[in-house]
Amino acid sequence: MLKIENLHTEIDGKAILKGLSLEVRPGEIHAIMGPNGAGKSTLSYALGGRPNYDVTQGSVTFNGADLLELEPHERAAAGLFLGFQYPVEIPGVSNVQFLREALNAQRAARGEEPLSGGEFLKLAKEKAALLKLDMEMLKRQVNVGFSGGEKKRAEMVQMGILDPKFAVLDETDSGLDIDALRVVGEGINTIMRAPDKGVLLITHYQRLLDVVKPDRVSILANGRIVQTGGPELALRLEEEGYDAVMAAEAAHA
Amino acid sequence: MPEVAELHRPTTRDEAWRYADSDFIASAEIALLNDWRTITVPAGETVCEVKTHLSDDGASGMIDRLRVHVGAGGRFEAFAILGGGNYQRVEIEVTLEEGAHFEFGGVTVGGETKRQEFVTRTIHAHPNATSNQIVRAVHWGRATGNYLGRIEVARDAQKTDAAQNFRAILLERGASANAKPELEIFADDVLCAHGAAIGQLDEQAAYYMAARGIPPQLARKLLVQAFIGDAFVALDDQSAREMMVERALDQLAGATL
Ligand SMILES: Nc1ncnc2c1ncn2[C@@H]1O[C@H](COP(=O)(O)OP(=O)(O)O)[C@@H](O)[C@H]1O
Ligand SMILES: [Mg+2]
Repeated sequence: MLKIENLHTEIDGKAILKGLSLEVRPGEIHAIMGPNGAGKSTLSYALGGRPNYDVTQGSVTFNGADLLELEPHERAAAGLFLGFQYPVEIPGVSNVQFLREALNAQRAARGEEPLSGGEFLKLAKEKAALLKLDMEMLKRQVNVGFSGGEKKRAEMVQMGILDPKFAVLDETDSGLDIDALRVVGEGINTIMRAPDKGVLLITHYQRLLDVVKPDRVSILANGRIVQTGGPELALRLEEEGYDAVMAAEAAHA
Repeated sequence: MPEVAELHRPTTRDEAWRYADSDFIASAEIALLNDWRTITVPAGETVCEVKTHLSDDGASGMIDRLRVHVGAGGRFEAFAILGGGNYQRVEIEVTLEEGAHFEFGGVTVGGETKRQEFVTRTIHAHPNATSNQIVRAVHWGRATGNYLGRIEVARDAQKTDAAQNFRAILLERGASANAKPELEIFADDVLCAHGAAIGQLDEQAAYYMAARGIPPQLARKLLVQAFIGDAFVALDDQSAREMMVERALDQLAGATL
């Protein structure tokens, strides 16, 4: 459902992604692992259309459409969700207002009726409960004064409310304690494990993959996918480290 | 209370008029330039004035000068939007007796070559008086928003607490904002806080909104709404507060960015 071919990106003229190719089929959860600075966040921003993350070559097809042709908000309305490594604070705007505007903007773009205030609150309560986030938190300003873990759970509440077709989750497990990790992992399963949905799950840690069991695992290094395998690849990385696994692969090739 | 001895035509060499529209003050009727409204707030009472000066006012220029005397323990509140005219100036001079309070919230919002300014002079004449002023400016085109806030604290006005905060968002290169706090303090046990910041719309927040499906136009509106809301938080009447935010936001419709 998401097909990335030979993707090259530049930031301020510096090449970051250097010919990245990857395909995620419907129903698949595909984990991306890789050393710091490899370009994992850059991949998520390039998919999300963030300004300054310039795509200089390659293509991204999302459910048959050219994703790179769409504006960032149009990508969201088309069903793409970006979980931020560092969720952004928006002073003066409450989560409830932000998410209701977002959901209704997406619905309008798809030609659907807006949700009323009451309908929206019911939905928000349900998803907050799923992620064990106090509903009171959603009445507060977006991410302002939230702890690292609260921000990540709030992001997953956003995902639950917006109900995307495809999620790119960038280190959603960072900053979470063991209990929160389980709640978030199970939230991802509940919201995104479906035959017509897909996930790119960027993580450093096997402990998230113990909960959200990936179908495929890829290693991103130096702007490319250097190796793809099944769940066992993540276990090997956990045991041996990136360098050893990548060196073994290079020796093979 | 200071009296205007004779009719004076200000120029931009006068401190309080340094950012004014020189053409306007050179050509306006001298009586208008010297006209002051007056309000007296009796001891212990509260007076609140909510005013909007919007683009559909149509005038090429507008000056509203107000002189207020607040009796002991009294409270004067003023909330205003400058959204129109080629030149708009709201000037408030407040003298505070013991334990009195002055609350001010102002928004300038405009494009083209509009020049909009708030000029306040807060005279803490006696002990224990407080004042709080919050001004927000949103401009585009070649427009300018100004805030000149002068605070005077008399020798025996101990325990004065005077705060001023100004922030501007410039939506386009070419727009500008000026802040000029001026403190004249003769007492020693005094708190005077002032802050000023001029910047652009928060690009990170705008992208975060886009990533959730909010189109740029709406994202900008929500961010500006949150930004100007600060100026009216102290306005107790909820419907008046909402009306002010909405009026200010209406002015954004003219911004074609
Ligand atoms: N906004 C930016 N400006 C300049 N360089 C950047 C920016 N974002 C990322 N980079 C650079 O791009 C490379 C990849 O970064 P990133 O995608 O964040 O890696 P990862 O998420 O895998 O740790 C790094 O060398 C980083 O310094
Ligand atoms: Mg990263």
